[in-house]
Amino acid sequence: MASLILEEVVVPLRSFSLRLTLVVGSTVALVGPSGSGKTTTLRAVAGLVRPQAGRIGAGSAVWFDAARGISLPPDRRPVGLVFQDYALFPHLTVRQNVEYSRRHKADEYLERFAIKHLERAHPGDLSGGERQRVALARALARDPEVLLLDEPLSALDAHTKADVRSELQQLLAGLDIPVLLVTHDFEDAAALADQVGVIVDGELRQTGTPGELVARPADPFVASFTGANLLHGHVEASGDSTRMRLADGTVITTPGSGRGEMVLAVYPWDITVSTAPPHDSAMNLISGPIRSIAELGNRVRITIGPVSAEITAESLQRLGLEVGQTAFASFKATGTRIVANGGA
Amino acid sequence: MRRTAVTCLYVAAAVIALAFLVFPIVAIFAHTTPGRLVDQLSNPVVRDAFEVSLKTSLIAQALIVLFGTPTAYLLATNRFPGHSIAVTLVELPLVLPPAVAGVGLLVAFGRVGLLGSTLDVLGISLPFTQSAVTVAVAYVASPLYIRQAIAAFEATDPNLTAASRTLGASPLRTFFRVVLPLARGGLIAGLALSFARGLGEFGATIMFAGSLQRVTQTLPLAIYAEFDQNLDATLAMSGVLVLISIVLLLGLRIGLTWQASSSKRSSFLFGPSASG
Repeated sequence: MASLILEEVVVPLRSFSLRLTLVVGSTVALVGPSGSGKTTTLRAVAGLVRPQAGRIGAGSAVWFDAARGISLPPDRRPVGLVFQDYALFPHLTVRQNVEYSRRHKADEYLERFAIKHLERAHPGDLSGGERQRVALARALARDPEVLLLDEPLSALDAHTKADVRSELQQLLAGLDIPVLLVTHDFEDAAALADQVGVIVDGELRQTGTPGELVARPADPFVASFTGANLLHGHVEASGDSTRMRLADGTVITTPGSGRGEMVLAVYPWDITVSTAPPHDSAMNLISGPIRSIAELGNRVRITIGPVSAEITAESLQRLGLEVGQTAFASFKATGTRIVANGGA
Repeated sequence: MRRTAVTCLYVAAAVIALAFLVFPIVAIFAHTTPGRLVDQLSNPVVRDAFEVSLKTSLIAQALIVLFGTPTAYLLATNRFPGHSIAVTLVELPLVLPPAVAGVGLLVAFGRVGLLGSTLDVLGISLPFTQSAVTVAVAYVASPLYIRQAIAAFEATDPNLTAASRTLGASPLRTFFRVVLPLARGGLIAGLALSFARGLGEFGATIMFAGSLQRVTQTLPLAIYAEFDQNLDATLAMSGVLVLISIVLLLGLRIGLTWQASSSKRSSFLFGPSASG
């Protein structure tokens, strides 16, 4: 399997330039806020956008090389692109969509994606999940050397999303070509990809496995994007561990050293919520009225002061928490990570 | 009470307006007996005019589709310096008085016109030939087709063209398999409008092509020529044009409905058998 390679690719966008070097060996997800250049990256690989500089290719094949004036048209790049809204041809049936590129392979893919029974339906008749299967079948029926997925789960409602995500997970695990997918949702990226790259304003901030990004976020943006609370404060004393004072006077202890202004990350699942202060005085403690309670499936997100904690629905029931009530958020010093240091 | 009075006013205005629009058309068929109208269809003047109109219209519309479709696609899918000027130029003949169009054609392609001597060398003399009728019709009618075609092409989702390209289809195959089928409703509507305008063309034709029976005398020109000599023939030709207009109007409506639904096409016959 030949890796997809993007070398020093530059695409000018409205207010910044996309600048990217990336090697896609297995499944890589680019995550970032909307407008950060994710879709442009896919379009550049597919040949729908012509970069100003750089090289794009797979293995030894060169698809684009600005210096040598090479730019293959989209129809000559062995790429399967699944569009965000799937871009199925509305005037063709499911079968005609799948066989658009190579007629003789249609049956194999109709069966593999369990859409054979829909072959005579038009895309307008399909559910979101079915449409995605047709779009995947159509893209893969071309036998591409690289698969590109643009926000594969964003066109689905929350109910279908979980099912389709696990379907997609299985599919990607069985593919032996590089997959580059983009999404604005870190959880989706972590579920689908081996490697995740966080992209902001056209530049990669950090790449790594989902676990690495959560354990060692390179900067406050990556930390908050992976779901962490950010605590801004001023270092009071530094030594084996550092004491940082928040704006409201609360003091937080964190391992490692720092000075001046500092930003700490703490993940919602590392925070315990209680109605009385915990006995363990070694714990960091933030108290205040509950600002909001939001249910996310069987998890509940509770916001107290500057932090959000994630607890189970059962815990919420047991604690009998309500908005406005005073509660305590506690977390270990080792549950915090310094993500910005020295007045930045 | 007040509301009913206002409603009555609206209804009265609508009835008067509709009657005003329909009455002249009814009068064409009511003025003499249907038998006398049908008899006139074998009148040589009527038959020649019908033939000239049909032949020149068909050739003109074929040329309009042949040249207008790529022009419209180019203008719809590309933004270049001078784009809006190009679109305005395409629309110019639409607002130009037909007589002015006739003069323009005469001093452009006529014997003493700008291109006249060039055409003369090639042995081509346009004015007062049947080709001149075709040219006049194409000149005044093409903007209607091109405008509608631009709108139809602009309405097709650019992601669908992009998807087609990434599936290995060349630009030409993409155009015929994706763009054209999705835009066809709008193109048919444009063609119906252009056909109707071309069929009724009078001013530019009479100035550039004259009104010679069997050669350049189209139905509108023959209606004018026969008006003070044979009213029955005039009415018969008018009746024919009314019928053709109705057919074209239906074509326009069908085309527009088609265009509106092509982007969200769904079939009831083969709908999903099981939906979650």
